[in-house]
Amino acid sequence: MSTIRVALPAHLRALAGVGAEISLEVPDPPTADRLLDILEADHPMLRGTIREHGTRRRRAYIRYLAGGRDISFEPTDVPLPAGVIAGEDVFRVVGAISGG
Amino acid sequence: MAQVRVLVGTRKGAFIITSDGSRRAWKIDGPHFPGWEVMHVKGSPVNPDRLYASAWTEWHGQVVQRSNDGGKSWETVGNEFAYQGEAGTHQWYDGTPHPWDFKRVWHFEPSWEDPDTVFAGVEDAAIFKSTDGGVTWSELPGLRTHSTGQTWAPGAGGMCLHTILIDPTNPSRMFVAISAAGVFRSDDGGATWEVATHGLESDFLPDPKAAVGHCVHRIAMHPSRPETLFMQKHWHVCRSDDAGRHWTKVSGNLPSDFGFPIAVHAHEPETIYVVPIQSDHHHFPADAKLRVYRSRTGGDEWEALTAGLPQEHCYVNVLREAMAVDSLDSCGIYFGTTGGQVYASADDGDTWMTIAEHLPPVVAVEVQTLE
Repeated sequence: MSTIRVALPAHLRALAGVGAEISLEVPDPPTADRLLDILEADHPMLRGTIREHGTRRRRAYIRYLAGGRDISFEPTDVPLPAGVIAGEDVFRVVGAISGG
Repeated sequence: MAQVRVLVGTRKGAFIITSDGSRRAWKIDGPHFPGWEVMHVKGSPVNPDRLYASAWTEWHGQVVQRSNDGGKSWETVGNEFAYQGEAGTHQWYDGTPHPWDFKRVWHFEPSWEDPDTVFAGVEDAAIFKSTDGGVTWSELPGLRTHSTGQTWAPGAGGMCLHTILIDPTNPSRMFVAISAAGVFRSDDGGATWEVATHGLESDFLPDPKAAVGHCVHRIAMHPSRPETLFMQKHWHVCRSDDAGRHWTKVSGNLPSDFGFPIAVHAHEPETIYVVPIQSDHHHFPADAKLRVYRSRTGGDEWEALTAGLPQEHCYVNVLREAMAVDSLDSCGIYFGTTGGQVYASADDGDTWMTIAEHLPPVVAVEVQTLE
């Protein structure tokens, strides 16, 4: 197991009733798929809000950031960046910026 | 003493506005689900403390919230709306085939008989049913797979199923309205559907009298007369006295017969209300005056109701879900605007008061009368 630090966008923090950062125990090797499976199992209200139901694809206006990189377009079934696994970096789920 | 609970969905959350039966002093509670667009909030007629709310954002998709205490607290329930079988295609704006794709819930219609049974009208247009209080949802696919389904096309707001009416005397009979497909009726609880648009005319269609393609903005029914339906269409106010088999135009002397909501008085089945909008190009009130028009003759003859409403420089809109009535005597009428105002009348529409004025744009208004 690895302890992965996760940060959610404000809407989802409120929906799940969690703080700015949460820690999840993810089976080794920790991947984005496994991490999100654990997140959704612990917080079922998040199902469908980060990944689509059925396809489990990342929703269009969501990005995954880690260690200063956008890893949204990298495979989700490979180990997370080393800094995230080591607990040095946070896996951040980010919503697209909009305004006006 | 009776109480009134006004359920307001806005672009940035839900608000619950309450008063006692006098309807003079109002208390605003909210926002619930701040930051989420709340498309609709509606209570069960069997258990008024059971509420269903549709909250949505482009980022995070659909969330369904349920309350068992009249909106004091909420719990998240199921949000998986999966089309049954092969989803297929409908027409896109440019006329090309476009895959059916779930986006959001526009309307919840709780059953007349069971607080755990509720129907959902969604975009892209389809109807879903839950019998476990919203935990799980199953499509009633006979509507989407109707022989005309591939020809349905979205209106500017998306291809939404925005109205569900259930005949209280015969719950197997249902009506739905879809922009921009039209009206469909089921006599078997939603298993099969038939087009219910005969008599409608829409000039924007190649064939103005086509069976499908009409941009129906809202339909309404009085519970005591389920054979009679009233419609606010993209243009034209219409009525049907044979359960949607045939429609006639009753726009009469309205200053404009473009608009979005239509509502029926709680105790007078031939008294109806609309809010005339200047045109489909100018989504603001006709003549920049916010006027509710009332007909006590089921259409054709209309009178302007203006007392307490802004009569100059008014450029808000009133959206299709944003008007409702209470069942007190005399009947209360309520509507919300895209300017964030909610107006209420406690005297059949004769006079109006502002019960909220700085909310986010109002999307939906429902009213519960609590004894």
